Amino acid sequence: MSGASAGDGCGAPAGGVSVSTTAGPQAVVEGRVTREGAPVATGYARLLGTGDEFVAEVPLGDDGGFRFFAAPGSWTLRVLAPGGLRAERSVETDYGQVTKVDVAI
Amino acid sequence: MSRSDVLVDADWAEAHIGAPGVVIVEVDEDTSAYDKGHIPTAIKLDWKKDLQDPVRRDFVDKTGFETLLSERGISNDDTVLLYGGNNNWFAAYAYWYFRLYGHDKVLLLDGGRKKWELDSRELSRDVPERPKTSYTASEQDASLRALRDEVIAAIGKRNLVDVRSPDEFTGRLLAPAHLPQEQAQRAGHIPTARNVPWSKAANEDGTFRSDHELRSLYEGEAGLDFGRDTIAYCRIGERSAHTWFVLHELLDLSNVKNYDGSWTEYGSLVGVPIELGEAR
Repeated sequence: MSGASAGDGCGAPAGGVSVSTTAGPQAVVEGRVTREGAPVATGYARLLGTGDEFVAEVPLGDDGGFRFFAAPGSWTLRVLAPGGLRAERSVETDYGQVTKVDVAI
Repeated sequence: MSRSDVLVDADWAEAHIGAPGVVIVEVDEDTSAYDKGHIPTAIKLDWKKDLQDPVRRDFVDKTGFETLLSERGISNDDTVLLYGGNNNWFAAYAYWYFRLYGHDKVLLLDGGRKKWELDSRELSRDVPERPKTSYTASEQDASLRALRDEVIAAIGKRNLVDVRSPDEFTGRLLAPAHLPQEQAQRAGHIPTARNVPWSKAANEDGTFRSDHELRSLYEGEAGLDFGRDTIAYCRIGERSAHTWFVLHELLDLSNVKNYDGSWTEYGSLVGVPIELGEAR
């Protein structure tokens, strides 16, 4: 598994993420964060499970985009941005679906 | 070691931008973050290109570490302040390398890149030029690194701390939820491991929780025996470097090792025991 130590590491996807349209066998949660219509390129999206249990976090991409590969279920999406800006959305996911969540903060 | 010896806040970092003898280093897997803006005067280390062996599955060896630090202009006497994205995962991993190779004057920036950004502190695109040095590393400190046979021998005998998410621990996911789940190896965890996700050690802004909170997390909630030796692991060893930092550096426990082979190695081994579901 030499590749696992490098290209598919645990870090942030290069350049943040951009939104896509296909899920394949994954349960995908993705969307864009905007403020007054403009992408929020500096900030973080966190995926939380039951009881606010942390699941994953990504930095927002240049287009304000984020993407998670979750298990099927109910999640909370929390967005953090400079200036104390934050927002939360409830999300339902299932395999083979791309759940779109656009967030205006 | 204690918290004040190893961890500094953003005000300290800001006050030491350009200070003689202090080198600020951003460590990331996604180094495009550095290119978009970094703490003024910071240089970058690419976790993959600079710190991993390009051929074998291992990290940079002693000679490679010496060459890298010499080229980047870091000397043995410098105080190295590390920070990065992903709540300092890769910065903590690099911190562990620095300690493995005997560099004691190394610090981690509390909250890393995230807190710096959320605080709207200054980011620069200027890439500093540092004169080359002649860095000398020590031999790897074996007391900080666990290899697979030691991990197998530790089942039921030492604290094994699996710092992945609960879904990875129980076997429902093979990778964190921000990554595709295409791994081929088996899911689950090492028998007798306790699951203490790395994220429980951090606040939302990426800073570490207080020593008191950390002690009650590991000793109280997770039931770790602080009198025993401990091995931390995750999937590829970087989240567990974050927990190694907590246990060995912040809480000053004496025998804590990071198993950098972690689940991508263990979950691919033939014939080793694997547990599924909740911790037993």
